[in-house]
Amino acid sequence: METSERTLRLKSVSYREAILRIISQAGAGHTGGDLSAIDILNVLYNRILNVSPQTASDPDRDRFVQSKGHCVEALYAVLADRGFFPSAELDTVCRYGSRLIGHPTRAVPGIEHNTGALGHGLAVAVGMALAGRLDGRSYRVFTLLGDGELDEGSNWEASMAAAHYGLDNLIVIVDRNGLQITGPTEQVNALEPLADKFRSFGYALRQVDGHDIPALVEALASAPFERGKPSLLLAHTVKGKGISFAENQAGWHHRVPSAAELERAWAELAAQRAALEGS
Amino acid sequence: MAAERYAYLRPGVIDLLKQGTLFAGERRTTRFSFADALLELGGSRSDVVVLNADVSKGMGTYTFAERYPERAFNLGIAEQNMIAAAAGMAQSGLLPFVATYAVFATLRGLDMIRNSVCYTRTNVKFGCGHAGITSAEDGATHQGQEDLSIMRAMPNMVVIAPADDVSTKKAVRAVAAHLGPAYLSLTKEPLPLLYDDTFPFAIGAAVTVRAGVDATIVANRDMVAQALLAAEAADREGLDVRVIDCHTVKPLDEEAILRAAKETGAIVTAEDNVLAGGLGSAVAELLIERGPVPMRRIGVPDTFCESGPYLDLLERYGLSAGHILRAVRTVVALKSR
Ligand SMILES: [Mg+2]
Repeated sequence: METSERTLRLKSVSYREAILRIISQAGAGHTGGDLSAIDILNVLYNRILNVSPQTASDPDRDRFVQSKGHCVEALYAVLADRGFFPSAELDTVCRYGSRLIGHPTRAVPGIEHNTGALGHGLAVAVGMALAGRLDGRSYRVFTLLGDGELDEGSNWEASMAAAHYGLDNLIVIVDRNGLQITGPTEQVNALEPLADKFRSFGYALRQVDGHDIPALVEALASAPFERGKPSLLLAHTVKGKGISFAENQAGWHHRVPSAAELERAWAELAAQRAALEGS
Repeated sequence: MAAERYAYLRPGVIDLLKQGTLFAGERRTTRFSFADALLELGGSRSDVVVLNADVSKGMGTYTFAERYPERAFNLGIAEQNMIAAAAGMAQSGLLPFVATYAVFATLRGLDMIRNSVCYTRTNVKFGCGHAGITSAEDGATHQGQEDLSIMRAMPNMVVIAPADDVSTKKAVRAVAAHLGPAYLSLTKEPLPLLYDDTFPFAIGAAVTVRAGVDATIVANRDMVAQALLAAEAADREGLDVRVIDCHTVKPLDEEAILRAAKETGAIVTAEDNVLAGGLGSAVAELLIERGPVPMRRIGVPDTFCESGPYLDLLERYGLSAGHILRAVRTVVALKSR
């Protein structure tokens, strides 16, 4: 394994540990979606996005809007690691008086937009991409959507606009973990054939294993996938990825691990770390 | 005797008021006044962009699109995307004005207004036509009779309902200079050209347009014209009534209203908006806590309204100058008990 890949994969283990620590101390959070999205966030913030604490208000910075705002713990873990705020602050998530509340807000360094109500991020990103083009700036706009939130019609309104304006500075990533809060997306409100839907809405589409770090790096670095079209990366993920008993369980959407579950989780993550360090 | 009581009115308006023929004089719909002001603003500020949901004809903003095509965005009949995209544009340093009808922005787009505009505190401005029952012939689906109530409930939102052409244009300039979300409630029906250029517009500063001591009518948007007609009618009965153009519903000019309550001892509010939660509610909430006086509220009752000519609808739903006059008589009588 290449050093850079090992470094990123070790970061993913650390982020998963941070996510579980945040959720257990806060007594609330979105374990399953955090764990399905974390490898994507890892690659974005460590390899793709032209952002840093020093350039957080640079008009030419890349923009990232996390539309699935409920998975804020994953975002906080990555932003703290990237130096946007002290890691010690992660212990205050959801506490009274903390700026790290239960969904993303602009009050947190590195966060561009308040999200949490689903179906906003893509439309906001469309506006940012239109503004970037109007202002002649070369920044790119990335947004991360859950698959459950695709039920919201606003995503499809925004997709029509993205294609109509040919926004090739817009990269939409869908965390396709197949589950939403009450069960499988195909049972709640079927999304398939999802790739066909996105293509027919005018996206240049690529699909990737959303936990395959080198594949994510390669795919995101290759955006735009096609000149003159918005890019859509359909990232096939596993909700709860990395913690065996949480994987593919809709019940872990919003569940907080018990003390015994935490012990098992720490052991599994420690084993993942040891395997990577020995590889 | 009454002439010197008025302030800021254009030449001839007082005569029209005295004759009761205000609507026979020159009129202009404030949505087009808004569009005129955007055209001017676009020339001085290159960051101004105008978004609409396929109603640029209805809102008059096609004029901006013709002059500044690269800064005009018709996002189709898709208000949610339009409003959130405006928030994204504001996040990127532009000054977006969203133009559509009040019902579509404040109801279809409300989640976007609440979260992506007000909560995120993005610098998005709204100009929304067809507010109140001024979209008279179109019927209830197009009559934005609750926009003031809904927008008043949004933290960080400035809510303005200007009464005429001059004050609307000044309001556009004022919200452009204000950093934060702002909502302009505009009409479909052409409104009388009331004010001259001396009209002093500032966000949150109500304007006394007629002096008086016996009672005060606090009105906004299209009901300022009805309030002035009512005051003139009251004058013939020997009642000297103050009229306040309370164009900004939020933040409310508490000082002006408390002073009017104290000095005139009776208040009537007049708005073309549902009684639940609009200007009358705001004034009542203030007075009940800090200076109760006899008060009546004129506004749209708890119902959807029919189609019909605007002035007929005002009569039918209890909003006309005659209804305001009766409310003035009532509060004045209560005052002397
Ligand atoms: Mg999901």
